[in-house]
Amino acid sequence: MSKKNPGMQIDPELGRKRFELSRYIHLKKDTAPERVVNGIYFENPVFMLALGMCPTLATTTSVTNAVGMGLSTTAILIMSNLFISLLRGIIPERMRMPSYIVIIASFVTIVDFLMAGFTPAMYESLGVYIPLIVVNCIIMGRAEAYAGKHGPAASIADGAGMGIGFTIALIVVAAVRELLGNGTFAGFRVMPSVYEPINIFVLAPGAFLVLAVFVAIMNRFHIGAARRDDDWDPTGRFVCGDCRMCPRVHGCSGKPASDAAADGREGRG
Amino acid sequence: MNSKLQVSASPHTRGMVTTNKIMFMVLAALAPACLMGVLAFGPRALLVLAVSVVSSVISEYLYERLLHKKITVSDGSAAVTGLLIGMNMPPGIDLWIPCLGSVFAIVVIKQLYGGLGQNFMNPALGARCFLLISFAGKMTTFTSGSGALKLVTEVSSTTDALSGATPLAYLKTGASFDLKALFLGNVQGCIGEVSAAAILAGGIFLVAAKIIRLRIPGSYLGCFAVLTLITAAVRGYDAPVIYTLQQLCAGGLMLGAWFMATDYVTSPITPVGQIVFGCALGFLTWVFRLIGSGAEGVSYSIIFMNLLVPVIEHFTRPVAAGMVRQRRENRRLMKRNKAEARRLKAAGKKENDT
Repeated sequence: MSKKNPGMQIDPELGRKRFELSRYIHLKKDTAPERVVNGIYFENPVFMLALGMCPTLATTTSVTNAVGMGLSTTAILIMSNLFISLLRGIIPERMRMPSYIVIIASFVTIVDFLMAGFTPAMYESLGVYIPLIVVNCIIMGRAEAYAGKHGPAASIADGAGMGIGFTIALIVVAAVRELLGNGTFAGFRVMPSVYEPINIFVLAPGAFLVLAVFVAIMNRFHIGAARRDDDWDPTGRFVCGDCRMCPRVHGCSGKPASDAAADGREGRG
Repeated sequence: MNSKLQVSASPHTRGMVTTNKIMFMVLAALAPACLMGVLAFGPRALLVLAVSVVSSVISEYLYERLLHKKITVSDGSAAVTGLLIGMNMPPGIDLWIPCLGSVFAIVVIKQLYGGLGQNFMNPALGARCFLLISFAGKMTTFTSGSGALKLVTEVSSTTDALSGATPLAYLKTGASFDLKALFLGNVQGCIGEVSAAAILAGGIFLVAAKIIRLRIPGSYLGCFAVLTLITAAVRGYDAPVIYTLQQLCAGGLMLGAWFMATDYVTSPITPVGQIVFGCALGFLTWVFRLIGSGAEGVSYSIIFMNLLVPVIEHFTRPVAAGMVRQRRENRRLMKRNKAEARRLKAAGKKENDT
């Protein structure tokens, strides 16, 4: 174990305690199940990548809102990923950002009108956050990091995985906020009637508090880097995904993490 | 062991003042205000105070125990936080509310940021705002007390519906209130903030004992008083000076200025910074109280300024002895270097173009 995992040698106790899902799940890269698991756990947009913070904080006042926001984003994400992937040979490198925005905005407009027509109550309560999906950094991020470089099938799976991950994150945050702040879950009274709702949780400060706690929990389980940079496990899945998204791309060994680890070097792939 | 040969890092001369001593001095200084609160509102107020202190100390102990940290209950800081939370409660509050406030103050605001000395915001005030936002109704319901003092709630207005409101609510409308009652403390309000005289006594005790300096409370109250005086005169209230004194004595201003704004952890350490901090507090409180319509001017201004403390400290850092000329020189050099860099860059650009 120690040979495969040089990160463990630095701090065996931390390595033992840490829960590494990547050691249990081995999926072929760029297949549909791998993309979905990746979106839900390894690169969960909210908890791991800290993308899409604005809708996460603003629309998680109730579980119903969270579901609405999550599903509409998922739908747009899948469609925009598909079209960007299909058009990736045509879109010139220098014009890719404006092109992505046009594609995303088209689908946001479609979803916006559909929601206004079929789910007016939801549309009303989500308000400006539906049009704002155009500038949602999860969608832009996936277009830039994945769909612009991979085939349509994998891109659809990636969009679905990311969307589901986003939706799950929103629901989890919203469940805590609604339960504490309102005593209900998806509109149904769950807490006993003596429970006095702690109003702050459905207001903006509560969003920050709850999100911070969840991110802290995720970091505790997954990223040793949250504690000390040296403890970072270089073979961990999260460390090395995509060089384009990687903040450590400068001064990087340029090798995939597994190769660098096999060399026994500090590989940050 | 020969004590003359001990090796240690500087500083080698240490004062006798410890965190423990400071905290117990603060507790002693808060005692008169608590006593007045209990006299005004009866034994129920004492219960609220006790519950806050005990729950605060217990939550500190449990957190540190569960996370295998050094137990710091005995330094008294948790007790001070708890007492301040209790003093910020209306006397008739449900007892679980101060409990929740204490847990929030100690666990979320103090310990999650690293414990005493690391919190960016006054824990007691953070908890007060947390409770006020969450339970606005309960936190602002002031039932008449059953204490030894007769409470003055009547004013020259004819509305009976207002009885039970705090004096500050009257002052907001520009009406006048019995100044003597405000000063002594037989008025409605939170347990610890009713008696300006008792808080003032505690504050002067702290200043005399050199626990706090006059800079923050002095500049805070001074700045607020001047602004209020001007406002009262401009708005044409009957007696601007009396009105200003009433504003100074009413609400949480005294408690905030003497005991909360002066919290070591969340106030600047530089002398100039402390005065800037105090003046900004006075200005913000004036804005909240006399310009804005919301309550909680003092709490929000102190919390807001707590966040700006690092910035204030950065800009008011005192110059080390003998460094004034050096600093001027450095600045001159830096300017020259920048100009040089700009010149080189421009030259390089020209070269590239041609």
